[in-house]
Amino acid sequence: MADRLLVQRFETLVLPHMNSAFNVARWLTRNDQDAQDVVQEAYLRAFRFFEGFRGEDARTWLLAIVRNTFYTWHQQNHGHAAETTTFEEDVHGHEAGAGDRDDGPEAMLVRSESVKRVHTALRSLRLEYREVVVLRELEDMSYKEIATIVGIPIGTVMSRIARGRQQLAELLGPAKQEH
Amino acid sequence: MDHEQASALLPGYIDQELGLSEALEFERHLAGCPLCQEAFAQHRDVSAQLRQPGLRVDAPKELAMRIEAALPRAPSPWEKLAGWFGARGGRAPSAWAPFGAVGAMGAMALSVVALSVSLGLYLAVPSSEARLTQELVDTHIRSLQVNHLSDVISTDRHTVKPWFNGKLDFAPPVVDLAQEGYPLVGGRLDYVDGRTVAVMVYRYKLHPINLYVWPGSDAGAQPRIREQQGYHVAHWNAQGMNYWAITDAGNSELRNFVAQLRAHPAS
Repeated sequence: MADRLLVQRFETLVLPHMNSAFNVARWLTRNDQDAQDVVQEAYLRAFRFFEGFRGEDARTWLLAIVRNTFYTWHQQNHGHAAETTTFEEDVHGHEAGAGDRDDGPEAMLVRSESVKRVHTALRSLRLEYREVVVLRELEDMSYKEIATIVGIPIGTVMSRIARGRQQLAELLGPAKQEH
Repeated sequence: MDHEQASALLPGYIDQELGLSEALEFERHLAGCPLCQEAFAQHRDVSAQLRQPGLRVDAPKELAMRIEAALPRAPSPWEKLAGWFGARGGRAPSAWAPFGAVGAMGAMALSVVALSVSLGLYLAVPSSEARLTQELVDTHIRSLQVNHLSDVISTDRHTVKPWFNGKLDFAPPVVDLAQEGYPLVGGRLDYVDGRTVAVMVYRYKLHPINLYVWPGSDAGAQPRIREQQGYHVAHWNAQGMNYWAITDAGNSELRNFVAQLRAHPAS
């Protein structure tokens, strides 16, 4: 009986945030298939922990779990080379869809040049900046919520967002003038 | 505020995470600092580019299905209902047994909830009023600050009123008071007290008046005017709507505005 109630509450409070969970996982893993695996695992964990959930903001709570799941997954899959350097790619050599194993996000997105450029730039951002930028700009979360999810002080959220935007401005800037 | 402090606060300013006084100080610095102006323009542009549609993709359907399938069997609505009552009765049988029927328990539980809710509301009245006043004054100041006074600019109520259609779950009364010296200049949506509200913007000479309206009955029919941070704030209730008017015009001008508004029924 209690299980049923729990499932219902979970369905009402946590399931509706699946798009946010997928979006965040997708930008963390940079691969749609991995993102799906991370989200599914995160939902399993979320359900296991759900009895301890005390009605705070469910989306923030879920996204923190998604992020933790990602980091566990990342360590398992990338082993010792798990440092952020793995995530630094040469943007200029990164043509969308051209022989790219991570076919997911690229394949879905061919809507416009502008989206493609921003997409490539955001992909190349270091993980610690990418996650705060994605939470802020794509998920529209407050600094306080981001601080909770990432587990850093609000001041650090702000400075990482600044660094992230600065790097994106540099990546996006020159290409713009070519048009 | 020096340049270093201002640089550190730039993202907070763009994301509207600064307090009002901090934001004002930042703007003072920004006005005289070309470096900050350039960074501000760049970062705001990056932010706008990231918010275009297409970067965010919905979760695939098969993922949703896999996750739902992995949950302990999802019950049907009827089972949910039965489960709800069942769980109520089953959770603490010994403690509830002396009171008999499930219905009595439910009624008791409900009345306890109702009592605590109304007690909570009662106790919260003065502080929530003060908080709301502060929130509205802040919103008023912000609306003047970021050049976001109106989303629809029109002196014609037949333009302003339809503009709200489909944007709100109520029809705000829009009244033209140009004859009385308070021309309507536009309208916009704002977010106050946890909900979207209608704002009609009027002017008295050079003083903007923001009139906030949303359904509810938080005040009496008799307008109360108070002063906060140099702004005059009037609050009253009419026809099931909360009215708040805020302006930097004088007390008597606001009082007259409210009187005119109440004397001219909306159409």
